[in-house]
Amino acid sequence: MKEPVISLSGGTASLGSRPVLRGVDLTVHRGEVVALLGANGSGKSTAVRAVVGQVPLTGGTLELFGTPHRRFRQWARIGYVPQRTTAASGVPATVREVVSAGRLARNRLAPPRRADREAVRRALELVGLADRAQDSVNALSGGQHQRVLIARALAGEPELLIMDEPMAGVDLDSQRILADTLRGQVAQGATVLLVLHELGPLEPLIDRAVVLREGCVVHDGPPPEAVGQHALPGHDHVHPHGPHDAEPIRTGLLT
Amino acid sequence: MEILNYAFMQRALIAALLIGITAPAVGIYLVQRRQAIMGDGIGHVALTGVALGFLTGANPVWTAVLVSSLGAIVMELIRWYGKTRGDLALAMLFYGGMAGGVLLINLSPTGSNANLTTYLFGSITTVSEQDVTAISLLAGFVVLVTLGLRRQLFAVCQDEEFARVTGLPVRLLNLLLAVTAAVTVTVAMRVVGLLLVSALMVIPVAAAQQATRGFAMTLALAIGIGVTVTLSGTVFSYYQDVPPGATIVLLAIGVFAVITALAAPLARKRARRGTEAESSCTLESNTVPGGRSAGDDVRV
Repeated sequence: MKEPVISLSGGTASLGSRPVLRGVDLTVHRGEVVALLGANGSGKSTAVRAVVGQVPLTGGTLELFGTPHRRFRQWARIGYVPQRTTAASGVPATVREVVSAGRLARNRLAPPRRADREAVRRALELVGLADRAQDSVNALSGGQHQRVLIARALAGEPELLIMDEPMAGVDLDSQRILADTLRGQVAQGATVLLVLHELGPLEPLIDRAVVLREGCVVHDGPPPEAVGQHALPGHDHVHPHGPHDAEPIRTGLLT
Repeated sequence: MEILNYAFMQRALIAALLIGITAPAVGIYLVQRRQAIMGDGIGHVALTGVALGFLTGANPVWTAVLVSSLGAIVMELIRWYGKTRGDLALAMLFYGGMAGGVLLINLSPTGSNANLTTYLFGSITTVSEQDVTAISLLAGFVVLVTLGLRRQLFAVCQDEEFARVTGLPVRLLNLLLAVTAAVTVTVAMRVVGLLLVSALMVIPVAAAQQATRGFAMTLALAIGIGVTVTLSGTVFSYYQDVPPGATIVLLAIGVFAVITALAAPLARKRARRGTEAESSCTLESNTVPGGRSAGDDVRV
């Protein structure tokens, strides 16, 4: 087994007085693609936010790239894609400006060099938004906005991608582009931890799934079989006239 | 241009130019972080600093820089730790700053409420040679921070959590921005007045962002608007003998109204294009996993 990139053991965390993580073990090895699954409120977002240091752990240990998280400083090795919020920022910003912010992980307080501009251009091309670089992010669809956030993380050329619900509210075109982008990153040896509500079109990429329920890990292994044919790959489409469609699609696993 | 023959007008115009540049340059970050009101709070706290200057015989610009910077740092700390009761703590800070100013100025042998009025509403005739030196130095600091660190400050104000994960010194940058905002308030108080400083931080940005798509463009246009209204407002107030602060702020609101009127048809056109794009996507969205539309329940 390759060395662990993320190693969380017995992680506990609270939001306010409510315990959200109640002893979570989560290990991601180099080159692995791990999906963190669970229903709303199961703690999956809190778990990744704890990994990137945005939710304080009240117990347990966390190591990133073999370094205890308190001493970890090599943030450029991590590309973080936070959950997309619909609230637009107060002041307009172009796609390139937002993506360039991801490069600050590398150049910090120094002025951008040619290599930085190149990395931003490549990241924009990877998500298919090179032609929208000068557009305002406020003019983009939800799926395009998500692609901007992923390009922002890729601009820092990270070894580990951490994504919180990258497929939420994303149209089919963008889903395909996102899946292709991710496949490319994985082929180049990237390690990926992503929070998903359902496996969906990313399923073929995923090596291992960790399922949370009420702040505890209830499954850690191969991606679980979903109940019902809708969760299978190739069944991404809806049959509006099928009798089995009379109720909303559920993966069984998650609800 | 006989107006330039008067030394006091030269000083006032230099101060106006520097305010026109610095106020929107700081304001854009506050607007982006939805803290447009922060300048107002700092203005209140700065009043205590001005009064302290009268009381101790120091130049009120420098004492105001000191006290308002402290106030801005406290506000930033309240934002971090205050959580739900943060707004009350902030309100208390504002009232305390105002009351402290009035109390201290009446304790000082040379000061009175009349002195405070020139700081509250601005007065071009009172900008001294010393003030111009102080204002120029402070404005240099503000420009250095707001333009030199614009990519870092943009990242912090646009998505603070992401900025922290990139390893940027987010707390330091936030404190630096707070102090810079406080310095800007003191730069502007002689001409625009403490009560109207915030308007000049916010209105040029609000006007500019209706006509722009990007942050750098908004910053440039906001500074352009800022310089235009501060210079023309100062000149106008000289000829008409009206307070410069009020004139400048009303001019800025006028520019905002004009840009809004001009940009509205443009925005409508963009919105229409957006709606068209959306309606052409509706069919497609049926094929998104889990996507459902009204048609789903109709058996064909």
